[in-house]
Amino acid sequence: MNYHRFDCIIVGSGGAGLMAALEASKLAGTAVVSKLYPTRSHTGAAQGGIAAALANLEDDTWENHAYDTIKGGDFLVDQTAAEVLCREAVECIYDLEHMGLPFDRTPDGRISQRRFGGHTKPNPVYDPAAPAGTEAAKPRIPVKRACHSADRTGHMILQTLYQQCIKQGVTFFDEFHMLDLIMVEGECRGIVAIEIATSELHVFHAKSVLLATGGFGRMFKVSSNAFALTGDGPAIAYRHGIPLEDMEFYQFHPTGIYRLGILLSEACRGDGGVMFNGEGERFMEKYAPNLKDLASRDVCSRSIYQEVRAGRGVGGKDYVYLDIRAETINKYKTSPTGEPVDSAWVSKRLPDIIDFARTYLGVDPIHEPMPIQPTAHYAMGGLPTDVHGRVLRDESGAFIAGLYSAGESACVSVHGANRLGTNSLVDLVVFGRRTGREMARFALDRPFQSLPPKPEAYVKAEIEAVLARPRVEPWVKIRDEMQRTMMDECGVFRTADTLTKARDVLVDLQNRYRSTGVQDKGTVFNTGLLEVLELGCLLDLAQATVASALARKESRGAHSREDFPTRDDSQFFRHTFIFKDGEYPGRIGYKDVDVILRQVDGRMEPKYPLEIRKY
Amino acid sequence: MSMRTLTVRIKRYVPERDRAPRWEEFKVEADPHDRVLDVIQKVKWDQDETIGLRRSCAHGVCGSDAMRINGVNRLACKVLIKSLPSDVLTLEPILGLPVIKDLIVDMKPFFDHYKSVLPYLINDDPPPTTERLQSPEERARFDDTTRCILCACCTAACPPFWGDDKYVGPAAIVNAHRFIFDSRDRGAAERLDILNDTEGVWRCRTVFNCTNACPREIKVTQAIQEVKQALLTGEVDTHSIVNIHQET
Repeated sequence: MNYHRFDCIIVGSGGAGLMAALEASKLAGTAVVSKLYPTRSHTGAAQGGIAAALANLEDDTWENHAYDTIKGGDFLVDQTAAEVLCREAVECIYDLEHMGLPFDRTPDGRISQRRFGGHTKPNPVYDPAAPAGTEAAKPRIPVKRACHSADRTGHMILQTLYQQCIKQGVTFFDEFHMLDLIMVEGECRGIVAIEIATSELHVFHAKSVLLATGGFGRMFKVSSNAFALTGDGPAIAYRHGIPLEDMEFYQFHPTGIYRLGILLSEACRGDGGVMFNGEGERFMEKYAPNLKDLASRDVCSRSIYQEVRAGRGVGGKDYVYLDIRAETINKYKTSPTGEPVDSAWVSKRLPDIIDFARTYLGVDPIHEPMPIQPTAHYAMGGLPTDVHGRVLRDESGAFIAGLYSAGESACVSVHGANRLGTNSLVDLVVFGRRTGREMARFALDRPFQSLPPKPEAYVKAEIEAVLARPRVEPWVKIRDEMQRTMMDECGVFRTADTLTKARDVLVDLQNRYRSTGVQDKGTVFNTGLLEVLELGCLLDLAQATVASALARKESRGAHSREDFPTRDDSQFFRHTFIFKDGEYPGRIGYKDVDVILRQVDGRMEPKYPLEIRKY
Repeated sequence: MSMRTLTVRIKRYVPERDRAPRWEEFKVEADPHDRVLDVIQKVKWDQDETIGLRRSCAHGVCGSDAMRINGVNRLACKVLIKSLPSDVLTLEPILGLPVIKDLIVDMKPFFDHYKSVLPYLINDDPPPTTERLQSPEERARFDDTTRCILCACCTAACPPFWGDDKYVGPAAIVNAHRFIFDSRDRGAAERLDILNDTEGVWRCRTVFNCTNACPREIKVTQAIQEVKQALLTGEVDTHSIVNIHQET
């Protein structure tokens, strides 16, 4: 058995994992365990920007950002966490710049910023009495808050953090795939991982373990997510009795490449792009009269579905157009500068988007609109944590000693029922940094706790069982059915009927999953075996998602129940906690949303009062 | 466009099974809009699960699936079937790095070269409380080389690297360039010293294979020439783009 011992083990090498590694390794012995080479992580696919109220191009405050985040999350956001996010975003951006991140620049050499969906500030000329449709009738207007490096901001963040890890001499175990947590007496004491190149098992003994494994968009048929995004961290924790929070809230990004799901950044619309239905109508004017195409993602995705259902998709099909041609931006006066733009400007702002469209659609967006459809993109839910990344044991708020989570695998919750564009990157750096500090501090304060005999025994038996089973049916059939079911029955719109159907299909798929094996019995890069184990994670998370969605009988943010079309604050102004019971989702508990109160005229009143969410 | 029946020839090597690499052929129905990656996975999932390859993002930004496709280095997720001239698709691992299994090579030597050029910002001056200022022109100076995704398409296409695996190779030089020409960096002299070594930039024979192989369309050869020029003149201009070597 290969045995390693580090104060801190970080699982996952995306933005959150690397940011935490940079912090933790300053104080404590730290290693990063990742199934991919770090630069392959999906943070690198983030495109448009990372929000922070730097006010480099116009007035802005972190309080504006916090309000937008809370409203964007349809008020399911924990408000203290949202304030931490938006306040610390500013210093984190400067930190990244000091690390060398090549942001685009303003003419005076400062970090350039662009508009993004749902990011606003109060309209200085707002007049409630102004006639509808006029500028003065809008209470809030878009603000340039997203710091960017063309449309490859995530690539720059990932590269910069990895570069700094090299500089700092952080230890990496690349292409090591975590398969289990070592939990003893309710504490986390390490992980078990498989070395992909040899199939050897490794035990990592640790005082603190951070799960920063990213999302699980691969449970859906059309997704912007990498193949690697199978939710290993949350799924394995869930099997150990650790709850998952707000799993019913899954974001569909409105502008995925038709059929492939590859992301076309919201920066397309931030920079003036417009969506059209098959009749050439700018349909977002109907659904979000103030912000139109810059409404938040859940609103835009639902609008596209509604257009398609009404037969107004392009050619009657299930897609609409995203148009970033300079002539369109000028015609609709959506240029972010207020001045007309030309094709050269669009090419400079969105080079990768243009490349994706040319490569995968055979469409040149400088001259033609791009066919798009909503694509499964981001999990608002995940492992419940506090603002220091400590994983919660249950809805009472007690912690699990030694276990942390940050980034998409975690639910702090700063995204609530719907995440704003760019806030995922903010989440990574702000909470990655905080969690790195906290886990190192915790590790320094205590000795290593003993491990049970043969901590790898469970994983070893599981692998042997999969390898020993006959291949009754190809496991890809099970995966394809899961993805189709989740897309059709638990997607942008849901009802009790569709969710019940999904629940039943998933039970059948789990049974079939447990009875089929793999063809490859080898030990060198047996990626077939690992794909099967990843599918097991996705199936568990899909079941948790469906069960949480069935229980939430309201519509809020990304969770749209057609049988309960309105938000119900009297019953559901609270977070869902789901626990696993044996093989299936079990108890569901609820935890109140964290609300900030402030004194107004001698009374305590909510700082962010509930409001009906309109854009 | 209708489906095409492809003959997929894969250079197989499974160390537990094969004493030497061998060719294996598979027949597969492919949609012209499919990526080469889709076709390989279809073969893997439906016909032979033992085929080894790396992949993750599937749209050309993570750099996992570099391989030789019909004799040239490409990312399998960035080549569409409709672009193939014939119905025979030949797949091999990239050259110059040890093969572990099938299309998977050992990336460690590649990343070691990358790390050897100090690929991080060096500037020990205390930073200001906000951002360091940099003009749009200074930022544009090194924009091209910030796009590298470390896929190894360039280095594994470089004849001098095939002949000498101690040569740092194009990708490492690209990443050195990214910092040498960043106005905020103070480590240019140190990096140039490393690249002035016998295994540094002078191994480059200006073959342009690297530039042709880059899936991000980085002007790799030009970046290498700019580093050579800086070594020859002893000057690093971080303010303006100069075309030393016009590429076609």
